[in-house]
Amino acid sequence: MADTANVLKESPSQTAGPYVHIGCTPNFSGIAMFGGDLGAAMKTGPVKGEEITFCGTVYDGAGDALTDAMVEIWQADAAGLFASANEVRGAADAHFTGWGRSAGDMETGEFRFETVKPGAVALPDGRVQAPHITLWIVARGINIGLQTRAYFEDESGMNDLDPLLSQIADRGRVPTLMARSEAPGVYRFDVHIQGPNETIFFDI
Amino acid sequence: MSGAQETGPFDTRDRDWQPPGFAPEYKSTALRSPKHALLRFPTTLSEETSPVFGHGMLGELDNDLIVNFAAEGEMAIGPRLVVHGRVLDEMGRPVPGALLEFWQANAGGRYRHKKESYLAPLDPNFGGCGRTITGEDGAYEFRTIQPGPYPWPNGPNDWRPAHIHFSVFGHGFAQRLITQMYFEGDPLIPLCPIVGVLKSAAAVDAMTATLDKARTLPMDSLAYKFDIVLRGRRQTYFENRSEGL
Repeated sequence: MADTANVLKESPSQTAGPYVHIGCTPNFSGIAMFGGDLGAAMKTGPVKGEEITFCGTVYDGAGDALTDAMVEIWQADAAGLFASANEVRGAADAHFTGWGRSAGDMETGEFRFETVKPGAVALPDGRVQAPHITLWIVARGINIGLQTRAYFEDESGMNDLDPLLSQIADRGRVPTLMARSEAPGVYRFDVHIQGPNETIFFDI
Repeated sequence: MSGAQETGPFDTRDRDWQPPGFAPEYKSTALRSPKHALLRFPTTLSEETSPVFGHGMLGELDNDLIVNFAAEGEMAIGPRLVVHGRVLDEMGRPVPGALLEFWQANAGGRYRHKKESYLAPLDPNFGGCGRTITGEDGAYEFRTIQPGPYPWPNGPNDWRPAHIHFSVFGHGFAQRLITQMYFEGDPLIPLCPIVGVLKSAAAVDAMTATLDKARTLPMDSLAYKFDIVLRGRRQTYFENRSEGL
């Protein structure tokens, strides 16, 4: 174990600007490059667990949908394991990347991921995180990427015990973190940057 | 990727150093910044892990913006540059295997995007994007042309300094970062409302690449050096290396 002190400052964040899609999803932008856009497919073969569609729209303070955003998600597989080099609890589903990137629909801004419902994540200290998807949202006008999480409304038993959800003091805002089933296998998670239903954003 | 598996919590992000969500001088932030305070929590496995990007996914020209969109035998127009540097964490350790994606306007200040309407013409041989992955020492390098400055709708007459956008992916989703690189000596830097969301001169300096005469390619390209720093793990456990650091 190395225990060290900060010697450098993190690079300052800057807005992704209006053209983040050129850099991160060039093919979506009409620039044929790299043989395809990264994060377009989260499943690379037959996957374990329940396959779901995870979709939503990011709204600004005027209630308008963002059409220039990029949404990335990162999640565990159906067994609660991450497809990461630093996952030390076991081997994740070999056909599931856990990471997705969406430029959103060109007209409506709706993001849509074909993924699997994540499993609960057992933390090394014995606590268990309820199934959730981590989101990171950037766009013009966002100076530093917005971090939030989508939990599943139909996992209320697990949600009640989640170490993060259970510590949120303003209980009235907790529903902003819930993805809701709107059809079999389809979960919607709309993000409101401002307004009466402002999503909880984290500094994690 | 490095053979080491780093685990452990990331140090808290310094929000006084990073820009606020709302910055009045940058008008688009008004409707796109949360009104409520961010809820602070320690990182969990969800932020301490991240996908793996292997060098095998890279094409030979991915890091050469001069030719990666150009017709056979053609090249992008503009001053030829090598941009290089290292990706480090806050503890000064190199971050190998970091994915860098970069995008920029062409030499006339025009982006290749259907919503872009600036007068300057497109360069048919310039796409404006590239990517690379850092080596074991955290180093990266790519070839491009000097982007032009351009006007943008904010105040009545705002101009962006020449810049290159960077998206950075390290070893934890907590490290996810987008920043912009500026060019040493550009008089537009202190006039830019987007640069101005950062209030400290040190932060602006950290985003400003310096001319690196030693790395120029004589009779070919100038070189700029730009290091990037990602959040670090205060206590880092190397699960498969008994010698640790």
